[in-house]
Amino acid sequence: MTVRDLVNELGLKVFSGEKGLDRQVNGGYVSDLLSDVMGNAGEGMVWITLQTHRNVTAVASLKDLSAVLLVKGLKPDEDMAQQAGEEGLPVLGTDLQAFEIAGKLYSLLNLT
Amino acid sequence: MQFEYEIEGGNFSRAGYASSEVKKKLRQLNVDLKIIKRVVVALYEAEVNVVAHAWSGIMRVDIDRGRISLEIDDEGPGIPDIDKAMEEGFSTASPEVREMGFGAGMGLPNIKKNVDKLNITSEVGKGTKVVMVTYL
Repeated sequence: MTVRDLVNELGLKVFSGEKGLDRQVNGGYVSDLLSDVMGNAGEGMVWITLQTHRNVTAVASLKDLSAVLLVKGLKPDEDMAQQAGEEGLPVLGTDLQAFEIAGKLYSLLNLT
Repeated sequence: MQFEYEIEGGNFSRAGYASSEVKKKLRQLNVDLKIIKRVVVALYEAEVNVVAHAWSGIMRVDIDRGRISLEIDDEGPGIPDIDKAMEEGFSTASPEVREMGFGAGMGLPNIKKNVDKLNITSEVGKGTKVVMVTYL
């Protein structure tokens, strides 16, 4: 399943990083602590978080995550969106809170 | 082969830049991807520590056939009790830094888990030097 498929299936917004929409998604990780993601997330995962600053992009790129998904209607800070655009890292958004969107993502990934 | 990058204390908008440059270099050099993944975690944490706590720092990378040696040398407040700093969950980060999702006390433990050798020396009021070695 690609990031684009997720966007379509879950009705997500795409804030930035459209270039990366064909990346493969192989799981997800929910955390608002950057070191937790740094230490524990894996390549290809979608990172579900409420953090909207540029360091999120840095961590996601260093970890080769497939996308960042912002919850509760949050939008990326301008410099985060810009950097994600340059790096082709999709920054997605949902109005749902983390528990709900993680549940949906989990069942979606297990169906395919 | 050696290269080095400057790290600016307090400038979170550039945090991760040096680590990302090193990652690119290691890829160009065809270092094993598993090793790159581990090294990058340790480097990023060490870089963020300089940004969050110190005034300035230098990241030095030295690669030869058998190992990667990484050194992060900062001018900063130093660490009074290194054993304490190594404890999972211990942090002296400011509330602002914590709000960004840093300062959870996971940085040094992450470093330790992701390199083969770690040595930290520090002088209070002067700075801290973190030396990490990973064998290829």
